[in-house]
Amino acid sequence: MATKMTGAQIIVEALKREGVEIIFGYPGGAVIDIYDELYRTPEIKHVLVRHEQGATHAADGLARSTGKVGVCLVTSGPGATNTVTGIATAYMDSIPLVVLTGQVPTKLIGNDAFQEVDITGITRPCTKHNFLVKRVEDLAWTLKAAFHIARTGRPGPVLVDLPKDVQQAKTEFHWPEEIRLRSYNPVYEPNKRQVEKAYRLLEASTRPVILVGGGVIASGAHEEVRELAELLHIPVTMTLMGLGGFPGTHEYSLGMLGMHGTYYANMAVANSDLIIAVGARFDDRVTGKVDAFAPMAKIVHIDIDPTSIQKNVRVDVPIVGDCKRSLARLLEIIKEVGRPSKLWKEQFKEWWEQIDIWKRRYPLTYKQDGNHIKPQFVIEKLYELTKGEAIVCTEVGQNQMWTAQFYKFDKPRTLLSSGGLGTMGYGFPAAIGAQMANPDKLVLDIAGDGSIQMNIQEMATAMDQRLPIKVIILNNGYLGMVRQWQELFYDRRYSAVQFATIPDFVKLAEAYGAVGFRATKPEEVEPTLKKALETNNLVLVDIHIAPEEGVFPMVPAGRATTEMILV
Amino acid sequence: MERKHTLSVLVENTPGALARIVGLFSGRGFNIDSLCVAETLDPTLSHLTLVTHGDDMIIEQIIKQLRRLIDVYKVVDVTEEGEFVEREMALIKVRAEKETRAEVLRMCDIFRCKVVDVSPRTYTVEVTGPESKIQAVIELLKPIGIKEIVRTGLIAMKREKKTT
Ligand SMILES: Cc1cc2nc3c(=O)[nH]c(=O)nc-3n(C[C@H](O)[C@H](O)[C@H](O)COP(=O)(O)OP(=O)(O)OC[C@H]3O[C@@H](n4cnc5c(N)ncnc54)[C@H](O)[C@@H]3O)c2cc1C
Ligand SMILES: Cc1ncc(C[n+]2csc(CCOP(=O)(O)OP(=O)(O)O)c2C)c(N)n1
Ligand SMILES: [Mg+2]
Repeated sequence: MATKMTGAQIIVEALKREGVEIIFGYPGGAVIDIYDELYRTPEIKHVLVRHEQGATHAADGLARSTGKVGVCLVTSGPGATNTVTGIATAYMDSIPLVVLTGQVPTKLIGNDAFQEVDITGITRPCTKHNFLVKRVEDLAWTLKAAFHIARTGRPGPVLVDLPKDVQQAKTEFHWPEEIRLRSYNPVYEPNKRQVEKAYRLLEASTRPVILVGGGVIASGAHEEVRELAELLHIPVTMTLMGLGGFPGTHEYSLGMLGMHGTYYANMAVANSDLIIAVGARFDDRVTGKVDAFAPMAKIVHIDIDPTSIQKNVRVDVPIVGDCKRSLARLLEIIKEVGRPSKLWKEQFKEWWEQIDIWKRRYPLTYKQDGNHIKPQFVIEKLYELTKGEAIVCTEVGQNQMWTAQFYKFDKPRTLLSSGGLGTMGYGFPAAIGAQMANPDKLVLDIAGDGSIQMNIQEMATAMDQRLPIKVIILNNGYLGMVRQWQELFYDRRYSAVQFATIPDFVKLAEAYGAVGFRATKPEEVEPTLKKALETNNLVLVDIHIAPEEGVFPMVPAGRATTEMILV
Repeated sequence: MERKHTLSVLVENTPGALARIVGLFSGRGFNIDSLCVAETLDPTLSHLTLVTHGDDMIIEQIIKQLRRLIDVYKVVDVTEEGEFVEREMALIKVRAEKETRAEVLRMCDIFRCKVVDVSPRTYTVEVTGPESKIQAVIELLKPIGIKEIVRTGLIAMKREKKTT
């Protein structure tokens, strides 16, 4: 007979069995038993954050940078509600998390007990699934299921609510090595016929584009994308979430498409006759006005989640399956048919000539001015100095878009950015998670002066863990992205986009024991960034950029993607 | 084109499963015209009959979104599956004064309704059938004076093939 274990012991044991090495959390009465167990478990590194939102973003940063499931642990009530933004952020971007929340004892549930909140009710619409564990006997199975659901199919956050009495009760421990859920069976293998149809469309096409989305990163299909593009000589564009899924420096890369995409990416998509969308969900920031989106194109759509297909745009060949396996199948067919690469090149020759005209006409660019530091210049310099090797987190707003445009991401899992929810305050705690999981890599957070203040308290967490993260604040003194909209669409009525008080970021860094640098003139940018990169400590770099610089190209919301405002 | 669809849904009999389904409809702005929930032969599964409406793309999304829920075992669009039987029950409390009592009874007879409760001034009538029949009875009783109606919502089942 197996020895009996408490719920808290089972929880910690389950984390070990799932290979969890790092968790992020914040204690409280409802999880004190689990914390007591962690006290005795050196194999699991617990990172004590300063706010539970920080814990969820840090777990998310760990997940995005490694592909593993991120885990956090918080107490009931306010601890649980503080995780909601982080959970919703992960949900929108399909990031695997397991969030463990303490709950009041089962007999008090529903009583408005102290620090009770219906967290499974609150997070139902922003989790892939959630559980309230009412019996200690269900605990091991539930935790196994939580990890399984989080990481398989279309990944996402799973919350497990753990009443205090369940943590304290005892039972025999049985760990299910395998788990089967009769109501949950994601489809990985594509339908062969559908892939053959896709191939036929390729043969018939003269103006194809490959559209790479976040699903390529999730499924690790970047090699397959590259092989397809190179074999057939097809241009590739990426969504914000797809950046790194195809090398940004590749001659076939058109960069990002959509609202702040390149002119040539948007023109290519608009004029294409075939879009091969791989793990992308045709978000409105990508399509612009849907009726005007790629009017001549047939669409092949590979996605593991059938709800993503045919949701926003009509699809000609839906392929439900994993990106990697579906592309592998397509590549097999291509090789079986064995059409010479030269023929494909010939087939798309005119298309490339057209694209090259677009590229030359409006390259991605910005105007230098001698007095102000241009943010795009800062990103270019960062790219140069880091040789494109860093893991780059961003906050949200202009800083995020300049990063997406001017840092060339060659590898998957190197850009960590909140795309779907657009959560200001995401980048810095995500950088903490990424740096914890990748101690030997350079981790940057490219921030705005507004966003960085949303989770600035995590400076202390980074210092606790001695994380040499480099936070580059593109300080325009504005909530710049909102200001840009007000400038362009609200007659420059700058309503509530300027803070009266901005902290001295250099002193702030010093207050935490970190290092602060500042650059206010263009010639200071390079030396300051170099100093920052050479400093083996948490660094905040306050870069005063041109205050009213805009992000261009820009497609006004609700307009066709060909109606771009250019520099 | 907007159309009514009757969906038959099997879900895990767990707390929260129904909330998830209802939340999906409200959260995504889908319509629920009626909803019936009950146990099945297998106590671990519940059966839901859900009537909704929308154009083809919306119905497709509704079905896919339902299937995406971890607790949902099976979704069948009964409307698309060919022949099916659908039934609903309504209790209708109708004014039955001296001069109308006979007429109400006559109508019950024609539509094979049952009178399940009688008071000096009312009859309560039970009517079962497809939605069209319920609607017809309601329309005919309206002029006489309906005091209250309670309907169960629709349930549906696929017809078996008549040939082997
Ligand atoms: C200020 C701001 C501006 C923005 N501007 C732009 C812009 O100009 N351009 C832009 O592109 N985005 C922009 N975004 C981001 C945008 O909001 C969306 O987040 C993004 O476009 C979605 O990317 P995606 O389609 O790749 O989908 P994701 O959200 O990454 O979804 C991934 C898809 O892949 C599927 N998938 C997951 N795993 C697999 C697998 N193994 N196999 C197959 N499929 C899988 C999922 O089911 C899902 O459908 C902006 C965001 C912000 C905050
Ligand atoms: C939590 C949150 N609140 C509000 C917004 C709306 N919003 C989007 S961008 C932006 C401005 C961001 O300012 P800053 O961090 O300084 O970045 P900048 O655009 O100036 O680079 C705001 C307020 C948001 N995305 N997230
Ligand atoms: Mg700003």
